[in-house]
This record gives sequence, C-alpha cells and structure tokens, in this order.
Amino acid sequence: MTTRSVRALSGALKPLFSPRSPQGYVVAVCHQTHKSTYTAPPARYGGRHTVTLIPGDGIGPELAKHVCELFRFCCVPVDFEVVNVDSTETSEDDINNAIMAIRRNGVALKGNIETNHNLPPSYKSRNSLLRTTLDLYASVMHCQSLPGVRTQHRNIDIITIRENTEGEYSSLEHENVPGVVESLKIITRTKSLRIADYAFRTAREKGRRRVTAVHKANIMKLGDGLFLECCKEVASGYPEITFDSMIVDNTTMQLVSRPQQFDVMVMPNLYGNVVSNVCAGLVGGPGLVPGANYGENYAVFETGTRNTGKSIANRNTANPTAMLLASCLLLDHLKLHGYASMIRKAILSTITDSRVRSHRCYMQYVGGIQLLLLRPALYFDITLNMSSPLCSSCTLLIWEVRAPHLKWSSPSWMQSRALDLAHRGTRNQMTVRLYL
Amino acid sequence: MFYMKAETLISVKTVTMIPGDGIGPEISAAVMKIFEAAKAPITWEERNVTAIKGPGGRWMIPPDAKESMDRSKIGLKGPLKTPIAAGHPSMNLLLRKTFDLYANVRPCVSIEGYKTPYTDVNLVTIRENTEGEYSGIEHMIVDGVVQSIKLITENASRRIAEYAFEYARNNKRTSVTAVHKANIMRMSDGLFLRKCREVAENYKDIKFTEMYLDTVCLNMVQDPTQFDVLVMPNLYGDILSDLCAGLIGGLGVTPSGNIGANGVAIFESVHGTAPDIAGMDLANPTALLLSAVMMLHHMGLHDHADKIQTACFDTIRDKKVLTKDLGGSAKCSEFTAEICRRVQDLD
Repeated sequence: MTTRSVRALSGALKPLFSPRSPQGYVVAVCHQTHKSTYTAPPARYGGRHTVTLIPGDGIGPELAKHVCELFRFCCVPVDFEVVNVDSTETSEDDINNAIMAIRRNGVALKGNIETNHNLPPSYKSRNSLLRTTLDLYASVMHCQSLPGVRTQHRNIDIITIRENTEGEYSSLEHENVPGVVESLKIITRTKSLRIADYAFRTAREKGRRRVTAVHKANIMKLGDGLFLECCKEVASGYPEITFDSMIVDNTTMQLVSRPQQFDVMVMPNLYGNVVSNVCAGLVGGPGLVPGANYGENYAVFETGTRNTGKSIANRNTANPTAMLLASCLLLDHLKLHGYASMIRKAILSTITDSRVRSHRCYMQYVGGIQLLLLRPALYFDITLNMSSPLCSSCTLLIWEVRAPHLKWSSPSWMQSRALDLAHRGTRNQMTVRLYL
Repeated sequence: MFYMKAETLISVKTVTMIPGDGIGPEISAAVMKIFEAAKAPITWEERNVTAIKGPGGRWMIPPDAKESMDRSKIGLKGPLKTPIAAGHPSMNLLLRKTFDLYANVRPCVSIEGYKTPYTDVNLVTIRENTEGEYSGIEHMIVDGVVQSIKLITENASRRIAEYAFEYARNNKRTSVTAVHKANIMRMSDGLFLRKCREVAENYKDIKFTEMYLDTVCLNMVQDPTQFDVLVMPNLYGDILSDLCAGLIGGLGVTPSGNIGANGVAIFESVHGTAPDIAGMDLANPTALLLSAVMMLHHMGLHDHADKIQTACFDTIRDKKVLTKDLGGSAKCSEFTAEICRRVQDLD
C-alpha cells in the first residue's frame, strides 16, 4: 500500500477504534453463588486481555488461525495464550495445563479435542474433563435464522441452555458381569436448580417470554422427574415468563415441523446435545452457530456443535463463521462490545451480501470481512488460488463486494465480467484489482 | 383334467387384531374394510388387551389374547391408552415384555402429496427395544441425588445388530449406520458398537458406518437423504425415530413394527388415542394402514401390500378426499371408501 493510503487507513481506523476510556479495573464484589452479572477478568498489561486459545483437532487449528488473523487486523486488545492438547496422548498433563491456563486467564476459546473411542475407557473425553473440572455448568447456544442462508425453515430464534456437567455424561460406567455394562446417569437437585435459574435469568435479561423444559420424565420418573420439579420451582420465582415442558421425542418432532414455536429451552445434558444439534442443523449447519460454556468463574467459547471436522481438515473448506461468532461472544464477555459488534456486523453482511458457498471458497470469505472493515485505499489486489476450478459463486464474492459504511458497491460492468469469467471456468488463479 | 383356481392355493393367514382405545376401533374397522376390498388372504381375530392381575399378583395381558398371538404370530395393534394412576405399567410395556419384542422398526418414507419441508426421505430406524436407558432402574441415593442406570448387554446388542443387517439384506438396503455416543459413554456404547462391528463382518455386502448421535441429528435436519438404515440403542432410537417421523409428516402417517423373539411380530400405529375425536368418524387411518402394509410385506404378501399402498398414496396425492389432519375435510369412512375403490380399480 502507498503511504497515502496508509495515512488514509489510519485516519479511517481512528474513529472506528477509538480507545475506550480506561474502565475501572475494579473487580466487582462477588456476591453469593448466584451472581446476576458476571465480572469480566480485568485487563492487565496496558489494557490488553489474555485469553487461552486451545486449537484442538481437525479444523480447529485453521479456525483458530482465522480468529487470530482477524483480531490482529482489527487491533483487538486481546493476546492469545496458545495451549495445545494432544489427543493421542493418554496422560492427562496436556489437558491439565490447559485447565491451569484457563484458571489463570478466566476465559478461553477452544476447538474440539478428538476422543479416540478405541482407547480404553479409562481415557476420559478431554472436552468433558475440561467442562467438569472448571464447572462450566451452562452450555448456551443461540440459533437464529440468518438472512443469507437458505434453509427449510425460516424465522427461527431459539436459545438452548443445556446442563453441561452431569446427567448422562458422568462417565461412571462399570461391567459387573462380563457382557453386561451399566452406565450411570446422575441428576442432582443443586445442579438442576442452578441450570434452571440460569435459564430463567437469561430469559429475563434477554426479554424472552417462554422457557420450555425438555425431559423424559414419563420413563425416567425419578431422574427427569427431579429435573422437572426443580424447573417448576424456579419458574414460580419468575411470574412474567411462561414455563412449559415437553417430552424430548415430541420436541424433536415439533422442531422439524414447526420450530418457530420455541423460545428458550432448558434441558439435561444428553437431550441438550440432541436438541442443540437439531437446532443448529435447522438454521444452516455446524459452521454457522457459536456456542458458549459459562461457569461461576470461567467462560469457554467454541463452535456450537463441537465438531472436529476431521473429514474436511486442512482443505480450506471449513466455514469459519461459527468460530468467528464465538470470538464475538468472547469479546462481549470481556466487555469489548465495540469490537464485538463491528466484527459481527461485518460477518453478517458478508454472509448476506456475498452469498458465500463456503465449502468452495472460505478463504475469500475471510478476505471479504477484512475488506468490509477497512476503509478502501487506492486499490486492492486480491489473488485467488483455488484447489478447484473457478466457480461462479466465488467470482460473485469478489465482484459484488460492498462496503456498507461507505455506500459503495461494485459497478455493473464488474458484475457482468464476473459472469463472463465464470463461464470460462477452468482457471484456478485469478488476480483482481479493484480501483476505488 | 382338474382345474384349480390360483386363489385356493394361497393359504389364509390369521392375524390377531387389537383395536385399542379412542379412535382405535374406527381405524381398525377401516383397515379391515380395505383389506377385504383388496381380497387379502387374512382373517382377523379381534382381542382385547386390558391388563389383568394374574396369579402371583403380577400384571399380565388376558390369556386369550396371549394364546391368539402365540398361535398367529402376527399382530396388528391400534393405539392403547395408559391411565395415569392405574397401578399397572403401560400396556405397550406389558406387550413388549410378554412377547420379548426386541426390535422396533420404523420405515420413514416421504409421502407424495403430503408436503413437508423435507422431500425424498427414505430411511429406516431400527431401535433396540428392551434395555438401554429405559430399563427403569432408578434410585434416589441421598435426598436430591438420583441415579438412573442404563443397561447395555452383549446379547441384546448382537441380536439387534443381526436383525438390522438381516432387514437391510431382505429389503435390498445398501448401508447400515450405527448411532452411538461412544466418546462419552465409553463402555456401554462401546460395547454396542463392538457388537455391531462384529456382526457387520458377516454381512460384507452391506456398507457399515458409525456416526455420533449429535452428528446424525445435525445431518438429518439438513439432508435426510444421506441415511439408509439406522440401528441404535433404546433412547437414541426413541428420539431419532420420532425425529424422522416428524420429517415425513408426523405420527399420523408413520408405520411401525415390533419384532420379537420366536417369530412374533406386532405392527402398530404410534399415534395417540385422540379421545377428543373418538367416535366422530374423523380419524385418519393412514398410520395403521401403512403398518398393515408393512405386516403384509413381513408375511410375504408383497402384491397385496403394493396394491394397498399404491391406492393409499394415490388417494393422498390426489388431495380430493382427505381427512382433516391431512388438510382435507372428508370423514374417515369417505377416505376409506375412496381407498377401497382405488384398490378394486387396480385389480
């Protein structure tokens, strides 16, 4: 870039990235167990937060790289402390290091760590270990229909709140007699009350009208019966919010026929897994929905459906939206709302305006977000290298880039050129220079 | 020269019919009428299965019902109601225990003419029906802590896996997918998975894959056409089979069959008894009819099965005579008569 454009760039960036007035780094007094507002860990060392980053397996490392790139580009005051967890190791040192790092920093961004289920049962799932040790009791996923994404159902807006530490995921199994295995599902009153309270508090904070508890109390009368009872007890303290319950198989049936009827859903661990994955599928798939795990003292952010994506790893085809939106949730948690909303807006405009088909061209997608963030200089050179021949949707992305904050969009001659190139269709590389 | 008619060579089979409660009697009558119109070689033996207390204080089904089922081996059941505080376990559970119905099979095929957001669904869910999370073993260890036991045994897992592969082979299906959560429930689902893998060795012509429950749910709502036969333990089966029923239009159009040991098979409609429309001739017999078609396939009477199924689907596709839940305004008897007419035309 020329010096003129660099100056123009810094000039443009200033109003966007105005330094926040230094917040009082007062650690708010912790009340009792049920804090209604969580205090973000104070930023140290010049106003910069340190966040633990666990890349994980499969597509995790590539997505982590995108987040780092985007944060660096936007000058977000967050430093990542990368902790690698090797899923092939049977010793628990790696995961203990990660847990210690999260205890130190208070927040983390993580990819999914694979569990090789051919190893002996003494090898516990690393993800599960992390959640239970740090007592991240609530897993929250907000599934919303996105405007640019075509799905079978529209206007979905469901928040799923899932108990994250007990239930079927207690990992308590034994084989009393050879050939007969018993697995214990534990439901406790304290944890059920805690998650129900979290659900109702969240519903109240976000102005939601209805909370639905999902259970199977007709069969598991004691276990899910206790869960339901706790939910009803908590519901009586929130009279403005309607509470109802639904059996899990009926819930899945209703979700695929009429998902618009649901608002906030609260459930034990396994049903939460099923329902949140169904909701994620309904709004467009695992690449679009971020997830958050909240505890009393820590918060860990990840993709909502927790997939390692082994089959698409290292092929430049993973959709980074879920991880990028999770990083926005992270920024919101650290009270860096300005950066969070800016990045979120850029991501959503990229999805809406550019009609990205990410399984072919995610690389250009991330470039698209950066373009939207920057005030354009004299020109941009964008080189596309693709492993597959140029496809029409990729071309559309480049030519139809818009900068909404500048009210600029590519002129029509560029768009017709796009169709022309698309029909030729065999080149794998193209350099585009956009003059502005 | 003796001239024998072809019909006399086909032996007439007996089927135990359990009409059930609520709309059960109406839809059972509808199905019997359609079978008569199709000239299917079935004679029906109607039986009631209200629970009675047998010797020793154990609840059981009436002995004449049991005797009829043991003789005929095939049953067709309407919806049964479970009174809340009756003191006896649910009727479905009682039937399951009496006849050791270990496999629940639900083929989910999109019905042309009954539009849902999902098209071209064609999969079968096979669910282990006797153990797993529904063993009913629960204890309150201390006040406020409850423990439910999920039981997985080698024999039951092997039996269901074998049934799944046999079903796939007999119905010309290409792949079987085992659904599990072995990353979390290492030993229990791990055992289930190991048995499935072992059985898969003997069925090399059928592709065997394994997939996590959450991945299946995720992919099912995005693209259900990628699945063929799914085999799984009890709870996952319950959730997934209802999910698939939702994809094709709900429990009102989904058939279901329960396969037991000793060659017993009971086919049923899985919807409720709908007491609010009972006796008003408004019920939709499609679910029970499609289950009966499944029964005919199971018995080997494929021609009759195809005839009745085609007549039923044609009626729904035409949209002229449909019951209220399918979007029309016809009565149950009119719907039935229309199907009977088409069946006779197809002859």
